[in-house]
Amino acid sequence: MTARTTPVTQSHSPATRHMTRHLLTSGLFAGLAAGLVAALLQFWLITPLLLEGELYESGIRTHFAASLNAPVQSPAGPAEGLTQNLSRHAMTAGFDMVAYTAFALILLAGMALAERFGHPLTVRSGLIWGICGFITMHLAPAIGLPPELPGSVAAEVELRQAWWLGTAVVTAIGLGLIAFGSGALPLIGVAALALPHIIGAPHLDTYFGIAPPELAAEFASRSIGVAAASWVALGGLGAYFFTRNRES
Amino acid sequence: MKTKTLALTHVDTSFAGIALTALAGLMLLLIAGFAQASVLHDGAHDTRHAIAFPCH
Repeated sequence: MTARTTPVTQSHSPATRHMTRHLLTSGLFAGLAAGLVAALLQFWLITPLLLEGELYESGIRTHFAASLNAPVQSPAGPAEGLTQNLSRHAMTAGFDMVAYTAFALILLAGMALAERFGHPLTVRSGLIWGICGFITMHLAPAIGLPPELPGSVAAEVELRQAWWLGTAVVTAIGLGLIAFGSGALPLIGVAALALPHIIGAPHLDTYFGIAPPELAAEFASRSIGVAAASWVALGGLGAYFFTRNRES
Repeated sequence: MKTKTLALTHVDTSFAGIALTALAGLMLLLIAGFAQASVLHDGAHDTRHAIAFPCH
């Protein structure tokens, strides 16, 4: 136990500063790498659907159910231009890396906090951290606010952002109580997971869909799948970078 | 007796360092996912849709 407390409990000691820098750089490396994974998966699986959705958003294509004058079926198939507009896709890759770096820093702060309370981190437990991050930041919000094609009409964006953030915070607390709580705390954690969905996400009282439901459904499921894969990569990479070279 | 390895196999990060890291992550998350400034929104548009942040 002396080993745990001796070198690092004094604030502003060199070891403390070193660990903070190590935490930040680990998050940066893991976030950039996982963001790259997310960007590649996104270009493969999501961007084609997004561009196809924009054909309906802009009115180049019309869903047959949305207009009396439209043909009996909606045309399917990818939009042209996946390789055009490279600056747009470069921005997307860049923002994927920013977003996953943000996720990485938050996730690694949680990992470091758990270590302070005596739960050592390994790469394998990092994978579980990644799954929990996916549930917190993607799956739980998606239950109330499904991933949307461009052009979808929905409730006020500020209301949805507030519900999204509240859901992420409450879900993180709930998963933390389930993972680390004792006594009745895990049960309270389960209740916390359910709470945002009992309250319910802001929704309109009418449907406005302009794109075919098949396209919107495939977009939503691929968005969730890509996020799951990227988050597991993030959890494993974050734990790898944070736990390696600790002897030095 | 403390060996160097023993001293550092379980390394504690300061609470201030953890808070700083979490805060940096939240700031980046706001920029990537939530800021409505149109330059940020346009650049991050496809990312926000793919990550299922409320976008429009």
